[in-house]
Amino acid sequence: MNETTGGIDSQEETSGTVKKFMFVNRRAPYGTVYALEALEVVLISAAFDQDISMVFLDDGVYELVKGQHTKAIDVKNFSPAYRALEGYDIEKLYVDADSLAARGLTTDNLLVPVEVLSAAQMAELMAAQDVVIGF
Amino acid sequence: MLHIVNKSPFERNALDSCLRFGRKGSSVLLIEDGVYAATRGNVAEPKIKAALDQMKIYALRPDLEARGMQDAVMAGIELVDYGGFVDLVTGHTTVQSWL
Amino acid sequence: MKLGILVNEGPYTHQASDTAFQFATAALAKGHQIYRVFFYHDGVNNATRLTEPPQDDRHIVNRWSKLAEQHGIDLVVCVAAALRRGIKDEILAKGFRISGLGQLVETGIQADRLVVFGD
Repeated sequence: MNETTGGIDSQEETSGTVKKFMFVNRRAPYGTVYALEALEVVLISAAFDQDISMVFLDDGVYELVKGQHTKAIDVKNFSPAYRALEGYDIEKLYVDADSLAARGLTTDNLLVPVEVLSAAQMAELMAAQDVVIGF
Repeated sequence: MLHIVNKSPFERNALDSCLRFGRKGSSVLLIEDGVYAATRGNVAEPKIKAALDQMKIYALRPDLEARGMQDAVMAGIELVDYGGFVDLVTGHTTVQSWL
Repeated sequence: MKLGILVNEGPYTHQASDTAFQFATAALAKGHQIYRVFFYHDGVNNATRLTEPPQDDRHIVNRWSKLAEQHGIDLVVCVAAALRRGIKDEILAKGFRISGLGQLVETGIQADRLVVFGD
């Protein structure tokens, strides 16, 4: 019994099926819980050997901004977890170019390496997915 | 791909984002407060009309009726009930909810 | 088809749980199977047996319990989200169980479709 995966022994019960999972992040961090709890799903999903992509659109791009200091709001700073994703073999992080530009941001402002996609490229990526989970 | 939008175009940019990334041949289903985008005379109308050239757009009739907007639906939008919602889900290979 | 459902919001404040329920009911009427309903974020609040909505309105929690019982549906509440919000075994409504996020991922893998209902 595997506590973190909720009783699923991933090798036995789901072996063989590999689906393309896309986790869509469209909300800023801290104002709501969605960014944090989305990350928790993504980290767990690493145990299942699926083809995982995380995309950041609209205010979701703010989740990746460097220099988050949460002491004054007394909320846990979970942004270091984005850097931990690579260690879980979750390397496909995509950001919408228009969302970045509209917010006056570039990849220099972000705390992890990402691939920046145009709307057309993002649309193509989305269309190729098996499971899309938005938060 | 079936895209589901559940928020009013005045409250959220979910519809805008959905239309930005929706490809030709995909479908959009408007549910809950998202059904307001299916009504005539509001600022989302030109966007919806333009989208209709590329995609099929549906609205959930029960949600329109609940909001008293069932007589205000624009031409080209197909109304479905919950059974139709289920058929749309099973009839597309993937579903994406724009929250 | 085997359908998975993710409910991201609690009862009454958002329509998500209602729409998810109507969708599930319609799917069952069409002969589909509901593989699992997973409750995340404030969706875990759909699982408390302590709600007392007014008599003349729908009882969202009991409705889920009844549907689960009638059709053998697995209603799963995420343990991490539940603990954050004070939803524990001792107050769980009938038919719900608390388990890990892996159950959500597994639903994505095993179901033919996963539909997300949220804010």
